[in-house]
Amino acid sequence: MTTATDIVPPTTPAPRASKSRKRNRETRSALWLILPTIVLLAIVIGYPIVTAIIQSFQKDPGLDAATGLFVTGGFAGVANYAHWLFQQCMSSTGQTIACPPGNLGAGFWNAAGVTFFFTVVTVILETVIGTWFAIIMNRTFRGRGLVRAAILVPWAIPTAVTAKLWYFIFAFAGIANALFHTSILWTSDEWASRFAIIIADTWKTTPFMALLILAGLQLIPEEVYEAARMDGASTFRTFTTITLPLVKPALMVAILFRILDALRMYDLPAILTGGGGGNGNATTTLSILVIKQVRSGYNSASALSTITFIIIFLVAFIFVRVLGTNVVRTQEAQQKGAK
Amino acid sequence: MSAVPAGSTTIPLSNAQSKSIAKTKVAVRRKSTAKRWRTTISALVIVVWCLLPFYWMIITAFRDVGYTYDTAFWPTHVTFDNFTTAFSTKLGNHLGQALLNSLFIGVCVTAIALLIGTFAAYALARLDFRAKGIVLGLILGASMFPGVALITPLFQLFTNIGWFGTYQALILPSISFVLPLTVYTLTSFFREMPWDLEEAARIDGCTQAQAFRKVILPLATPAVFTTAILAFISSWNEYLISSQLSSDATQPVTVAIASFAGSQPHQEPYTTVMAAGTIVTIPLVILVLIFQRRIVAGLTAGGVKG
Amino acid sequence: MRAQRVSLVIASIAAAGLVLTGCSSSGSGGTGSDNALTSRGPITYVQGKDNSNVVRPTIDRWNKLHPKEKVTFKEQSDQADQQHDDLVQNFQAKNKNYDVVDVDVVWTAEFAAKGWLQPLTGKMAIDTSGLLKPTVASATYNGKLYAAPQTSDGGMLYYRSDLVKTPPTTWDEMMSDCSIAKKAGIDCYAGQYAKYEGLTVNVAEAINSAGGTIVGSDGKTPTLDTPEAAKGLQNLVDAYKNGNIPKAAITYQEEQGRMSFEAGKLLFLRNWPYVYSLAKTDGSSKVKTTFGIAPLPGATGIGASSLGGHNAAISVYSAHKATAHDFVEFLESAETQKFFATQGSLAPVVASLYTDAALDAKLPYLPVLLKSISSAVPRPVTPFYPAVSTAVQDNAYAAIKGDKSVAKALSDMQAAISAASSGN
Repeated sequence: MTTATDIVPPTTPAPRASKSRKRNRETRSALWLILPTIVLLAIVIGYPIVTAIIQSFQKDPGLDAATGLFVTGGFAGVANYAHWLFQQCMSSTGQTIACPPGNLGAGFWNAAGVTFFFTVVTVILETVIGTWFAIIMNRTFRGRGLVRAAILVPWAIPTAVTAKLWYFIFAFAGIANALFHTSILWTSDEWASRFAIIIADTWKTTPFMALLILAGLQLIPEEVYEAARMDGASTFRTFTTITLPLVKPALMVAILFRILDALRMYDLPAILTGGGGGNGNATTTLSILVIKQVRSGYNSASALSTITFIIIFLVAFIFVRVLGTNVVRTQEAQQKGAK
Repeated sequence: MSAVPAGSTTIPLSNAQSKSIAKTKVAVRRKSTAKRWRTTISALVIVVWCLLPFYWMIITAFRDVGYTYDTAFWPTHVTFDNFTTAFSTKLGNHLGQALLNSLFIGVCVTAIALLIGTFAAYALARLDFRAKGIVLGLILGASMFPGVALITPLFQLFTNIGWFGTYQALILPSISFVLPLTVYTLTSFFREMPWDLEEAARIDGCTQAQAFRKVILPLATPAVFTTAILAFISSWNEYLISSQLSSDATQPVTVAIASFAGSQPHQEPYTTVMAAGTIVTIPLVILVLIFQRRIVAGLTAGGVKG
Repeated sequence: MRAQRVSLVIASIAAAGLVLTGCSSSGSGGTGSDNALTSRGPITYVQGKDNSNVVRPTIDRWNKLHPKEKVTFKEQSDQADQQHDDLVQNFQAKNKNYDVVDVDVVWTAEFAAKGWLQPLTGKMAIDTSGLLKPTVASATYNGKLYAAPQTSDGGMLYYRSDLVKTPPTTWDEMMSDCSIAKKAGIDCYAGQYAKYEGLTVNVAEAINSAGGTIVGSDGKTPTLDTPEAAKGLQNLVDAYKNGNIPKAAITYQEEQGRMSFEAGKLLFLRNWPYVYSLAKTDGSSKVKTTFGIAPLPGATGIGASSLGGHNAAISVYSAHKATAHDFVEFLESAETQKFFATQGSLAPVVASLYTDAALDAKLPYLPVLLKSISSAVPRPVTPFYPAVSTAVQDNAYAAIKGDKSVAKALSDMQAAISAASSGN
């Protein structure tokens, strides 16, 4: 991501020499401040990623026909990537064929589509509802503390438990159908199963958005609203012209991280539907594919992880470029003004 | 002053406007009553939406296991057995120990992540240095890889250095998972701070660090607390790594709950899981009730407005 | 500028990686050196959640008899996938502390082919003469025994004895009995058809019961292009289409089916033995005294159940294999097996126990279960089991829901299994 370099302000119009001296000094202290974060991430995240990327160019072990034992596969080139991106499978005679349905590779593009669908829908819903939650929480009224605690409940329940809870709720003879006197196949119907997952995910994750947006709202001084009120601005106008622009930095960070998480969605679809629904893969996300593939071949799973990584990278890049150039720039302008 | 960011619309009032304000005061009051009602109703809707599934969880938690699939909306066949089962070490459940483990891990993760996250965020928000984009990119990139693909290398790394089943093997990954979000939120909030106050403090003789700690950090309390809550809950929820790297002695609640079993093979221990889920959620709710004022105190109350 | 930045990022990641990769290459590639075979000492037994608390007392009993070769119990989670992944991680790390491991019947071939399981030959051999044949088959890969059958499990037909006097013995009989269900206003038959491992179990039963097979005897060549296989899957598809299998069954795992049966809403249920005692004792059960059990119906007689259960295997990395071997035999002994059955309702693998009068009195379903297990067919014994199972699930699910013809589903399944065994 190249955001910050754009964001680094042209700073103070000081003489060039002193500016670069200041910059060198600040670079040194910055290095020390950032070092712990980078070192930790390099060990716990960086190292496994590099290992996975290296492994992704190795073939998965194959069977030795004579002994019936697995032998290491050797160098694979980009075969693992082609397997996922172009549905290339190896036939028993060693020819390259199109992956048949029922092979995980055949489900790649479907899973990518499903993942994007879930991401777009849940992030939009969570942003809208989360903003609403935050605005309400930001008002003063009796029982505000209770509302704040209540909002965090969905998020505080461990995901594995949440998924089980919703699986239980959405069972055919479960409370959801009983309460509404419906007989919907919540975990099997193509769209019902998708909505079940969207409902559960929105319920679970909206608090995260709400909390981050609330923190952003807290930074808006009351005076700004008072002025607008005096000005007779409508609630809607106040929201679009004042609240939204001012809360944007916090909102952007929240949305960005929600997107990254949603693109890696696993637990809810895995437990609610096993990736099924529709004709069998209506709710299979990329992470479900990764986990299934890990169980049958780590190297190929590494290739899929790397592809997922690149997809997410691109989405984040585009998001930051298109929407986020001023994620933090407003404040730079403000700082400049202050100096 | 500049805490009102650029682009805000502070419009000076003319005389005519002042008069019209007086006239509209009654209307405003009526409007504010309506608004209060709207707020109350909204709050109610929110509470119901958030708590309804949780309510169902509690109802199930108190239901006799023989009536697991009862769909009566009100409590029926009430029993405490599920809670006893959840805590029963005789049945091989370690929920009590696991709660302590999760608490310990959560506190460590939150404290360390906030500490080093604050360092990084300060540098990213305040210092002018080369390669800022790369640093931000690297940090963000850490939350882009499918988590499950990290397990195998990490497992091998940690077993090789003899960390299997230790607290640090659970804490370090959790910190790494929350660090990107921590750094990003803190950076975005630190940028919002009225930094001229920091400069004023430095003129008064504070070092940069002192100025930051004494002036800026208190102002950033809501952001810091929000981030802390996010970090704590994220660590509280961590399952993937812990399920592979924890031992009986160090396992967190998520792993403990996943290892619950029915009295028979194939039997899903729903009621016990729901009981455990309830137990696990309550400490967090209490935590939030205690700290919720902090989430919103800060700036608006801190006298930095205007 | 951008390119430079990107290359910098890559370089720094790579640097971090290079420094650390050094740590990860692990030591000895020791694949069961001979002196480990005679070596004795403390060992660890690894198993999934001990539901009914039978493993701890068993180990206590062993430890009293063998104070110098104590067994420690390492209990895994209750979820099969987690148990599998935990075993894989520890085998990959060549963990010496996983001496005797309890593996699901369907993982045995995979672990054996990976070279992680000590073949039970020569000094390690165990006596399998008294064991149920299908359970031994599930532990055998490539003609070699790699594990000792420890607990078994087979599907049974639960039926409403108040509505059906004699249980159906063939699939067609059962389908014609569905008119009884219609009259009573309840659903007729259900198994497990949600998209998970249970679907593989049920589809395999349908195909095997109709006389077909999923893979050949080599464990990897698919054999789904037969009329028998087509007949088997067609049976399920037709029953789902005409409502004999209720629409809701496509969401059923074991528990949802049991719930429906206990609520009196289902005439026939395919499920494991565990349902028996719960349906008799659950407070909410409406069929406490009005249900019976029978072997699964097949094409002309008893159907072919899929085999469940677990095998006990010895890790090749174990340092005390002689102790491990003795402990496995101890698990296998009639005494231990009987304890597992009486205390934990776990189906024994020792044939003679099924005709033990005292045991039958306690677990009345044993005679039926014996018939079920005796004619059971192990799910494909293949090292590529996860991929094979996915191939079956994906295509059968679509076929049952009517999104794919039976012929297409089977040919896709055939191709996917063949691709799986070619390492995709």
